[in-house]
Amino acid sequence: MNLFVEAWLWLTDPLNWEGAGSIPVRVGEHLFYTVLAMTAAALIAIPLGWLIGHTGRGRELAVGISGAARALPTFGLLYLFVMLAGVTLRGPSTVLVLVLLAIPPILAGAYAGLEVIDRRTIDAARAVGMTEWQILWKVEVPLGLPLLLGGLRSATLQVVATATLAAFVNLGGLGYDIVQGIALRRYDQMLGAAILVIILALLLDAIFAILERYAVPRGVRAGRDTDVRTTPTGRRATAESSATT
Amino acid sequence: MTWVLNNLDLILQLTLQHIRLSIVPIVLGFIIALPLGWVAYRYRLTRGLVLTLVGLLYTIPSLALFVILPPLLGIGFLSEANVLIALTIYAVAIMARSVAEALASVDQGVKQAATAMGYSGWGRFWTVDFPLAGPVLLAGLRVVAVSTVSLLTVGIVVGVQSLGYLFTNGFQRGIVEQVLAGVVMVVIIALLFDGLLVLLGRWLMPWTRVAKSAQRKAAVA
Amino acid sequence: MFTARNKGRLAMTAAAVGASLALAGCASGDPLAPEPDTDAPAETIVIGSQAYYSNEIIAELDAQALEEGGFTVERNFQIGQRDAYVPALEAGEVDLFPEYTGNLLQFWNPDTTATQADEVFAELQEVVPEGLQVLDQSSATDQDSYNVTAEFAEANGLESIGDLAGVDGLILGGFPELEERPYGPSGLLDVYGVTVGFQATGDTTVESLLEGIVNVANVYSADPRIGSNGLVTLADPEGLFLASNVVPVASADLPQEAIDIINEVSAALTPEGLVALNVQSTVDQLGFTEIATQWLTDNGFLG
Repeated sequence: MNLFVEAWLWLTDPLNWEGAGSIPVRVGEHLFYTVLAMTAAALIAIPLGWLIGHTGRGRELAVGISGAARALPTFGLLYLFVMLAGVTLRGPSTVLVLVLLAIPPILAGAYAGLEVIDRRTIDAARAVGMTEWQILWKVEVPLGLPLLLGGLRSATLQVVATATLAAFVNLGGLGYDIVQGIALRRYDQMLGAAILVIILALLLDAIFAILERYAVPRGVRAGRDTDVRTTPTGRRATAESSATT
Repeated sequence: MTWVLNNLDLILQLTLQHIRLSIVPIVLGFIIALPLGWVAYRYRLTRGLVLTLVGLLYTIPSLALFVILPPLLGIGFLSEANVLIALTIYAVAIMARSVAEALASVDQGVKQAATAMGYSGWGRFWTVDFPLAGPVLLAGLRVVAVSTVSLLTVGIVVGVQSLGYLFTNGFQRGIVEQVLAGVVMVVIIALLFDGLLVLLGRWLMPWTRVAKSAQRKAAVA
Repeated sequence: MFTARNKGRLAMTAAAVGASLALAGCASGDPLAPEPDTDAPAETIVIGSQAYYSNEIIAELDAQALEEGGFTVERNFQIGQRDAYVPALEAGEVDLFPEYTGNLLQFWNPDTTATQADEVFAELQEVVPEGLQVLDQSSATDQDSYNVTAEFAEANGLESIGDLAGVDGLILGGFPELEERPYGPSGLLDVYGVTVGFQATGDTTVESLLEGIVNVANVYSADPRIGSNGLVTLADPEGLFLASNVVPVASADLPQEAIDIINEVSAALTPEGLVALNVQSTVDQLGFTEIATQWLTDNGFLG
């Protein structure tokens, strides 16, 4: 466990906390790419997922494409994009790779969130005269929020861990300390940077945990305590587990 | 296509190697995740702890894990064991949660009926709970398979041969086709594994197809 | 193009070396200092290479030449970075490895002050660990060098690294570790009084230089792109960089007959010849087996 002591010393060394390439700068770069990729992925995947969930169309296609996208090796894709787009566009290339990584879980969370809603609830909404937009915004989206947040949560974890690859194309981030550490045989630096990535992931995860807590509409939460169906149904569990990549 | 046609043998060698290295973590991950997932499902107290811990494992960047495991475990830097252990850890991280969810998806009434028929805890688990949890377990295993095949490529950074070789070598030599060939082969292997698992599921769990069509009918009605 | 002798090399060597390494690692408990493996069969020569296409070609030259000489060769190519494979070499799991004098010397003796080729080679022979030996060095070099574009050189009147002093806004590109190397930014300042910023351009270094993301780039001297892009390699009169000639590192018990063969190959490999081999790999996109067979045939080692 000597290694962890050394990593701790690296993490707490004041020299590593100031100047260019210091820990705060690397964390900032890392967060920048994570947030950018997550925002772009959410803007694409959430509307698409809601469309699929609301209309019930295109689900098989979405599942198929998501599955194939999951199989894409991020590392190879990054190199491929940088080669094709040129080194000046390495930033957008990296973000694109991370976006492709984040889309499947978000998409799954968005449409599964709508799918698990009791059909009778939606029928009732339609019966009281709600338009399709109102049904989507006032019924389906709020009720589907917990699963959507679950999808966003697992996507974020993946993107944070994978953003380390940005270092291979001169974009910094915490991966830089790891890649440089390999070449210089600095285990304290490698482990220290890895610990920082994990802490970052934990913090983001905690934010999502809190959001999920408050995302459940009050009426639903009140009803849920007495609801006997607290164990997830097969379908819902499937949606959740496939969102946990 | 010139590069691909001239290097079919190399691509084949690397593909076989990739398949060989992918299988171990998928199988090991499943086996290790079973008891972990069961503990998480069975005891409310340990659920949060186990699931958070395994979730945490998944956030470790693969790059970091590959370089930190050797000194930590005292294994060779170049050894395949290094990459295999790392990928097994990721497989466990995904699978343990799936196992817990799969066991929770089994109908409470069925379990009570089985107990009423005289099944012991252990016997009931293997003959009733486990098969009925199958569909959700399979969904988790499919994710594990696909992600393992994809993650293995990063192993080339620490010198473990796989299709990842085509990425680094092709990038250095500036041959787009070489990198593309690697990406395509990884996707093909992943989809192949995925398809095989689906077929395996149909063969082992013929009742799921019946259940699904019944579900569809119910949804329409 | 893949010859019969290559069939199964990846799977077999990876498995064999992987297993033996795992065992050695377990036995010693420290992957960085495994015990020497004296039981390795003498008749099979295990050849390794870096995860660098050019190094792989050189390893293949040795491999095919040895096979022609009647030796059985096992290829364990592309085994990553020096930090990863030198322990394997010291442990005796790899018998032969094409290396570069300067970089290897710096690995074993980070404080070295030698810079000229003969100086570096002499010191390398002193610091080589027990159980290993360095064979004859080749005249072919593949060393770190600082390069600028022709336009940038002309605009600022650059010929040698020292001319960079006084040029504002210099950004040096290279592998991430260059930032910390003695010949990196700190060395530039100490030896030549040149102040530079740093960007870890890694494998995209040449492209980054051409695109103007950096204006000074650390490129290996045998990289064909120096010539094909008309880059100007800045002279290094103060010896900031260590000379890095191609030099095979071998286990001490390598048969003399094998040593003779490899020394002949090294002697036939010239600096221009090495660049030409790299061109065949990157421009003509030939595989290393084919490139090596052709070179060995042209130089009278085969057929």
